[in-house]
Amino acid sequence: MTAVHPIISVRNLTCGYDDTIVVENVSFDIMPGEVFIILGGSGCGKSTLLKNMIGLYEPMAGQVLIDGRDLVTASGRERDEIIRRFGVMYQMGALFGSMSLLQNVMLPLEEFTDLPREAMTMIARSKLAMVNLEKALYKMPAALSGGMRKRAAIARAMALDPTILFLDEPGAGLDPISSAELDELVLSLSRALGITFVIVTHELESIYKTADRVIMLDKDVRTIVAQGDPRVLRDTSENIYVKRFFHRMPSQDAGTPRVDCAAE
Amino acid sequence: MTHHPLPKDHPGASVLADQDGGSLRLMVRGRLDAPGTAHVWDEAAAAAHVAAGNLQGRDLPADCSAIEYMDGSGVALLLKLREVVAAQGATLALTGLSPQHSQLIDLTWHCPDQLDSLIPERRGLAHRVGMAASETLVATREMVSFVGEASVIIAGVIRHPSRVRWKDVLLSCVQVGVDSLFIITLIGFLMGLIMSFQSAISLQRFGGEIFVPNMLGLVMFREMGPLVTAILLAARSGSAFAAEIGTMKINEELDALTTMGLSPMRFLVVPKLLSALAMVPLMTIFFNLASLVGGALVMLSLGYPLVTFTSRVFKYVHYSDFFGGMAKALVFAVLVAGVGCLRGMQTRSGASAVGLSTTSAVVSGIIFIAFADGLFAVAFYYLKI
Ligand SMILES: Nc1ncnc2c1ncn2[C@@H]1O[C@H](COP(=O)(O)OP(=O)(O)OP(=O)(O)O)[C@@H](O)[C@H]1O
Ligand SMILES: [Mg+2]
Repeated sequence: MTAVHPIISVRNLTCGYDDTIVVENVSFDIMPGEVFIILGGSGCGKSTLLKNMIGLYEPMAGQVLIDGRDLVTASGRERDEIIRRFGVMYQMGALFGSMSLLQNVMLPLEEFTDLPREAMTMIARSKLAMVNLEKALYKMPAALSGGMRKRAAIARAMALDPTILFLDEPGAGLDPISSAELDELVLSLSRALGITFVIVTHELESIYKTADRVIMLDKDVRTIVAQGDPRVLRDTSENIYVKRFFHRMPSQDAGTPRVDCAAE
Repeated sequence: MTHHPLPKDHPGASVLADQDGGSLRLMVRGRLDAPGTAHVWDEAAAAAHVAAGNLQGRDLPADCSAIEYMDGSGVALLLKLREVVAAQGATLALTGLSPQHSQLIDLTWHCPDQLDSLIPERRGLAHRVGMAASETLVATREMVSFVGEASVIIAGVIRHPSRVRWKDVLLSCVQVGVDSLFIITLIGFLMGLIMSFQSAISLQRFGGEIFVPNMLGLVMFREMGPLVTAILLAARSGSAFAAEIGTMKINEELDALTTMGLSPMRFLVVPKLLSALAMVPLMTIFFNLASLVGGALVMLSLGYPLVTFTSRVFKYVHYSDFFGGMAKALVFAVLVAGVGCLRGMQTRSGASAVGLSTTSAVVSGIIFIAFADGLFAVAFYYLKI
């Protein structure tokens, strides 16, 4: 039997901005085909961790290995190769404002494939259809609602059929129906194409429905406070952060006082 | 039509029409990833076209059981086949899909065939001329109301100085004035140097280089000082005003101000106008003095003592020249800063909009300066200044 290697492996990663550390010394592995969800309160460093995983920032310490290769030390060509295998949806969408949705989704196809133009258009249309935007092909991002922008950004992230998709809060700003459809999309893609998902989200429903595994970060201890199957964590975890998150308790009702923020 | 060869290790892909016990069908085979799809795209469309043409409105089955692998490009190929078949009045029926592939197809199969209704209408010439005219009208109206509102608020400021956000004014003064000191001094010095040098060479032939200081003083104080300072202001600060306010507009910050009951005019525009009014005369003085230093250097190098230069400059430059120049500087400052803010407020949506506003701020600023300078020349002539 051949052992399955993790597709992403984060080792003793410390990251932050300038001299403020946001996340300290975290390690975890993500297996191919897994739906992996990063949880945590607002401002605890989920986006920061994600940006370090995709090599936008150089970690302060530790490494991120994608398929066993480190983005920071990889040569230019190797780096391009790794980067082409993943798609990213940023928290704010980051659509190119001067292009229509169709052009936004076609851009990576034009740059990285030599498909016939008609094929590119068709691929872009089918990706936009996946997120139910097949009627908004020629709209400009500025003329879209927030949720539509988000869905278009997901379509663009999927343009090149990546093997890993990083989604930063895909469900935020979507109505419950779109949000549920998005969960279905994630599940279908992971089943049909074996895509690995790394998702930041707060939506408890989506977490229960889609996640294979979650990690939870916390702002005060600056590291992983819990990891595992979310349904199991919800029902069995004794950890105060986890309980508060899954049962939506505000901090003053949480029972025991928080020792580590007494100084604040 | 370009041909797309397969990479070496690619198992291949094909789409062919064949007869299955008398009835026509499409066989889709192989690995439908990006290279595979690119390879078969044209021949697949052609095969589907021919096959559907023979069918006369019946279903065309497409056997997908021999697809080894399929990703987004494969799905696009099937969508394309569906479109081609539909154009012939027939329907494509997929058969033999694996559960995985059918899941993938289900996600996109509702993608519409007809794009025509979605493509934004191309406008005719008459329509576009009309649009341009009405846009000009709107822009003019916006400008008039901007000037009106700004005047009212500035008048209000004179009566209630405490309503101005003086901290912002100070900050803006630093950005407009202090930070531009280097470039103002440098350009002033160089212009003084170059103009004196060039005219000294010409005048030397008649032994007239002694008149260089007269010329330099008058030209700089009356004309070049305010003009060049204003152009630098347009390039440095007018553009920055437009970009700052434009970005705020796009991020809905202006709307936020308005709904909080705060006037964007009072909050953003007035501090910028006031700071430009305060700084531009000072910048002009700096420019003038720096140009005199440049001129003095030329005269010294020609062997004249410094005192000859200074006494001639001050003898021939009258108060009226100095104050005339300052008046110009003030007017230019209002025009450039005002149009910078106005273009910022007029920013439409989209990322390129900020770029357009910035460009337009600089261009309109310089045009306004040129017009105003012409008016000043006429006015000064009749007033005999
Ligand atoms: N560009 C930046 N420079 C400096 N500090 C930053 C920067 N971006 C974020 N931070 C800080 O890093 C911390 C983590 O931010 P991050 O954006 O990763 O939070 P998050 O977990 O994604 O929160 P949310 O759920 O609200 O998106 C915050 O305290 C934030 O103030
Ligand atoms: Mg975030």
